[in-house]
Amino acid sequence: MRATGIVKRYGDREALRSVSFGAEAGELVAVIGPNGAGKTTLLSILAGISKPDEGEVDAPDAGVGWVPQQAALYRRLTVAENLLLFARLEGHEDPQASVAEMLELTGLGERRDEIVARLSGGNQQRINIAVGLLSRPRVLLLDEPSVGLDPRQRARLWEFVSGLAERGTTVIFSTHDIQEAERYGRRLLVLADGEALFDGDAGALREAVRSEAPEAADRDFETAFVAYLHHRGH
Amino acid sequence: MRWLLFKDLQILRRSPLQAALLVVWPILIAVLVGFAISGGSERPRVAFLNEVPADSRIDVGGQGLPAANVKARICRRVECVEVGDRGEAVEKVESGDVLAALVLPADLVDKINSLSTLNPGTPKVEVLVNEDDPVKSELVKDRINALLAQANLATARRIAVEGSKYLSLLTDGGNLRLLGQSIPILGLRASAQILAAVEPALPPQLRSSLQQVIRFANQGRENLDVAGPLINRLAQPIVVDRVAVGGSSPPLEIFAVAVAATFTLAFVTILLVAGSLALEREENAFPRLTRGLISNQALLAEKVGLGVAVGLVVTLLLLAGLEIFVPLDWGRVGLWLLAIIFSGAGLAAAGAALGAAAREVRAVSLLAFMVTLPVAFLSLVPAGTVGSGVYEAIRIFTALFPFKPALQAMTAALDSAGPSIGGPLIHLAVLVLAYGVIARLALRRFAAV
Repeated sequence: MRATGIVKRYGDREALRSVSFGAEAGELVAVIGPNGAGKTTLLSILAGISKPDEGEVDAPDAGVGWVPQQAALYRRLTVAENLLLFARLEGHEDPQASVAEMLELTGLGERRDEIVARLSGGNQQRINIAVGLLSRPRVLLLDEPSVGLDPRQRARLWEFVSGLAERGTTVIFSTHDIQEAERYGRRLLVLADGEALFDGDAGALREAVRSEAPEAADRDFETAFVAYLHHRGH
Repeated sequence: MRWLLFKDLQILRRSPLQAALLVVWPILIAVLVGFAISGGSERPRVAFLNEVPADSRIDVGGQGLPAANVKARICRRVECVEVGDRGEAVEKVESGDVLAALVLPADLVDKINSLSTLNPGTPKVEVLVNEDDPVKSELVKDRINALLAQANLATARRIAVEGSKYLSLLTDGGNLRLLGQSIPILGLRASAQILAAVEPALPPQLRSSLQQVIRFANQGRENLDVAGPLINRLAQPIVVDRVAVGGSSPPLEIFAVAVAATFTLAFVTILLVAGSLALEREENAFPRLTRGLISNQALLAEKVGLGVAVGLVVTLLLLAGLEIFVPLDWGRVGLWLLAIIFSGAGLAAAGAALGAAAREVRAVSLLAFMVTLPVAFLSLVPAGTVGSGVYEAIRIFTALFPFKPALQAMTAALDSAGPSIGGPLIHLAVLVLAYGVIARLALRRFAAV
């Protein structure tokens, strides 16, 4: 997936300022930055939900799966009914088989007949991701997937997402949790006020932080990162 | 699209309150309207206190008229509740047990009889009403006025009949019963004949005078012959000749059924469609759906289809329930379906526009009530009950919403005496398109905000 010179404006405010970025097959890319940095805007443009004012997005033919921050599920339907509905809407030849496959993938087979509203936030997010995977995308976009999850649920979620990347799916996720990005992202894209400040792996980001904000280099990574953003005028 | 419709029905089934309301609501409305309609023809309960002595008679020319049987006449139109005295009548009115009380005072007939004397009184009846409820008070006033007019008319007719008898006695002769005695009256006709018979036997100088008397008798008889019908006309000088020059109206109970059906269809359809569309956003499903799975137009069409399908079932259920109270012409079921489908589509399109505009289920429910209720009430305002300018404003305002054309279509479909169904169906089709466009525009910002 490639995005080149993406600009997005909301009135006079520029939410994205000429952001360019790419991801290879099987890569796990974290888009990080403070609130209002433009993470969700970038992901929604990559997903095709909103259109950029300038720039181009080159997405693979097999499609892009999109998982919104809040579970986009029908809470009064069961797990299986949700998966079945979206499999049918995706036009799967054997939607029941797709449901079984996704239940296997998410490990929620035993809870297939439970109403979604009764599931924990973590399990809802897993179903949310499974629905995003029903289109069998080569690229999966996750908008802050771990928000509201407890550490155990978060660990299970990332185990699941890492497995997808290992099987060749490109995963691009946004987060404002710098430690989560460092731990699970193979590449990090740092956004602040709509501007791409950094694109590289976690080690390179640490180096960049150390060189641009040496006074915070010995502190924890999150504090050093905040100092780095401050140093860059954000 | 069919899977989305299937999903909405699944969700509906999973919401016990909504599902129960969809079943209970039409049944409840059907029962309430049914009782209201079947109870509407019942006579209002009125306490009746007749203090007039049983042997009192209205007297005309010293002759007592036959008993008018006032009680029987009144009790044909209202359900009379006999009371013993005025205190009991007051108590029954105050408690709401009766709508009003009618008191005929003991001197009523004497006062009526005094009208033909040199010292006429004013006959009065007393009506006791409870003015707590202005609507009820107005209803009683109208009923009493109508009863009074009928009583006056009946009395005038009776007097006219008796007067005609006397005129007939004067012209044609007969027996006048007075103070228990029968007095023979010769009559003008016989008088003229007798005088004409004796004329040849009179001396010539008296004949011209006799001829004058004979002419007077004949003129008197001829003029009195005309006076009879004139007196009868005086009893009811103006008659109403009702000519319908425009429109046609079905029986009131059919109109009530149409109102109940349209109300039900409107609330069920608008709330369901608006709520269902808003739910897509609340569940965050809208962006996911419209990201290639389904177009905005198809989503709107699915919601309108949902509204029409559920509205059709609920309205038919309501009509079937009302059939218990009001016989409906099931031979017109094809027109019913046409009216329900067009009305449902118009109302569903309006619901979709509301749902897309409000975007939250709670806000949508509130908005649906705020819009539907006043529009429905304004749609029921008949011409002539408000000023022409106000009515024109109401007519234009209500034409912008699908309730009034839906009511007209339902009325036309239910009864052949109703208005034509073509106009309302075209009106509804135009509104479906208009609200579809509004909903489509509102959906543009549906996912973004």
